[in-house]
Amino acid sequence: MENPYLPYPVRIEDITTETEDRNLKTFKFVFLESGDEEKFSYTPGQFAELSVPGKGEIPIGIASSPTEKGHVSFTVNRVGLVTTHLHNMKEGDVMGIRGPLGNWYPWEQMEGKNVVIIGGGFAFTTLRSSIIYMLDKKNRDRFKDIIVVYGARSPGMLLYKDELTEWEKRDDLKMHITVDGTDDPEWKYNIGFVPAITEQKVTSAEDTIALVCGPPIMIKFTQPVLEKLGFPPERIILSLEMRMKCGIGICGRCNIGDQYVCKDGPVFSLAQLKQMPSEY
Amino acid sequence: MTEKIYGKEEWESALKGLSRSYSLYVPVKEGDIHFFREFKDGVKTAFDFDNTRMSAKEIVYPQTERMFDYNIDAGREDSNVLKESEKDFPPQAIVGIRPCDAHAFVLVKRNFDTPEFQDPWWIKRYESTTLVGLGCNAPSATCFCTSAGGGPYNEQGLDVMLYDLGDRYLAKGLTEKGEAFLSKAEGGSAVTEADLDEAGRLARESEAKITRKVPTDRLKEKKQRELFDAPFWDEVAFGCINCGTCTFLCPTCWCFDIQDEVQGKEGVRMRNWDSCMFPLFTLHGSGHNPRDEKYQRVRQRFMHKLKYYVDKYEDGIQCTGCGRCVRYCPANIDIRRVCELMNNY
Repeated sequence: MENPYLPYPVRIEDITTETEDRNLKTFKFVFLESGDEEKFSYTPGQFAELSVPGKGEIPIGIASSPTEKGHVSFTVNRVGLVTTHLHNMKEGDVMGIRGPLGNWYPWEQMEGKNVVIIGGGFAFTTLRSSIIYMLDKKNRDRFKDIIVVYGARSPGMLLYKDELTEWEKRDDLKMHITVDGTDDPEWKYNIGFVPAITEQKVTSAEDTIALVCGPPIMIKFTQPVLEKLGFPPERIILSLEMRMKCGIGICGRCNIGDQYVCKDGPVFSLAQLKQMPSEY
Repeated sequence: MTEKIYGKEEWESALKGLSRSYSLYVPVKEGDIHFFREFKDGVKTAFDFDNTRMSAKEIVYPQTERMFDYNIDAGREDSNVLKESEKDFPPQAIVGIRPCDAHAFVLVKRNFDTPEFQDPWWIKRYESTTLVGLGCNAPSATCFCTSAGGGPYNEQGLDVMLYDLGDRYLAKGLTEKGEAFLSKAEGGSAVTEADLDEAGRLARESEAKITRKVPTDRLKEKKQRELFDAPFWDEVAFGCINCGTCTFLCPTCWCFDIQDEVQGKEGVRMRNWDSCMFPLFTLHGSGHNPRDEKYQRVRQRFMHKLKYYVDKYEDGIQCTGCGRCVRYCPANIDIRRVCELMNNY
């Protein structure tokens, strides 16, 4: 019997500080045992439990793409016991990863369609995974136009800045970077909240699926924008967060109605959420 | 199928013999309260009980369970790598378990043994456990098993059923596990027609004694959101002090927490029973809590048992009618009344 609670041992290969407040770091892990990378076969939208022996486990979305071989990466916001400890760890340290867990973005449904990606703040991790995945040579033809709107409070709070500016120059993806505000006179991208920029840049819902991840306030104000554009709730896809322990639908804490966010989610369509109790 | 008659003293000595092959758990009286305890020398069985205070769930699913061992000594090669804690799962039997508590294992199994994931500890311990039930001749006022898919002599989940015929037990093997158990039970004599008649009469009379019927027939057809938004939750939760007694005693409550503990350089990862009655159960790292308010947590407990489980597994409510939460709730919150409110909403 395979033990679903046993993490794969990994080594921290690289740590990048992402934001100016130094609260977000990206950890790149390599698997210690050969064969574990293959067993940890994932799809963009899934998450894993990062396991720090002596401190505990935390559920974090997978920020790398399955097309990026040799490592797996996660961007972690420092908020509690485990994340604070993780932020103090060093390259070369050994810890664990348990997963991949949960469902993923509806790739079958997205195939052959336009994709709009709307992200805010540090909830851009599995969206980054999705963008890298779609831009991969083998995958790009499977999707029509890709539009990305990504915003943060200020330029210094944007994740993956090098990639954002690189995407901005490409012609196989329309990248709209925005910040709530900035005093940087050199800033050459958008200024404005994500819902407002979405309203300007996304002009049609036809044959399009929207993936939306961000703080609750952003989601709240983006939803009417998308509905006005004509997105039916089946084509608005969200990813939820919840306090989790087991990650496999057994320990009982992350339910919304009869759905476990860890196992039946974290990805739900707005149509699904409208059927579920509003307890998240 | 084996059917045997044991005099009550003969049964005690059969248990002594069985304790060589099984870790036996038997009801024992401590003060005024009955618990299941391991049957060893000097332990006095007490089969004259209505039910044990704690359900038998802890014998299969301990309140705290060691999952993994590791060391955090950076100098060691295997530092920070988790290893499954070594343990064995010797054959064990719970003798005298009430049918409601055996039924609970059937319901809980759906959670721990799923098509996608199998909980190794729960499953191994459950598989090594033989459930020797004792039918109820005198149900309590709080019992409502007959409304919860069970009954005082319901055989679901049991391997052996014992009928208390006054000075004797009639033991009936129900499964392979049960037959194996009875084959090791020394003594016993043949069952007569009269014994079987007597057992049948006891079962019928006992069932008739449970007059309180709790309606559950309309729970399935309701919408989750409608019941969730029903106006009665504030009132239901009013007296609740969030003590968690209901979840602690409930044979079908399974929620757990996972925690790491370190002493010196040696660490363990444990799992411990948890409770949806506690705010920390759902508190996010950000400070947000989807079940911050008491009524939300009380609603979760009842909705989980009486609606979410009903929808998810399509086999009735996740409650066996043992009545423990009704009896021991310090605020007199009564699941039978809440079920009625939900069903008739």
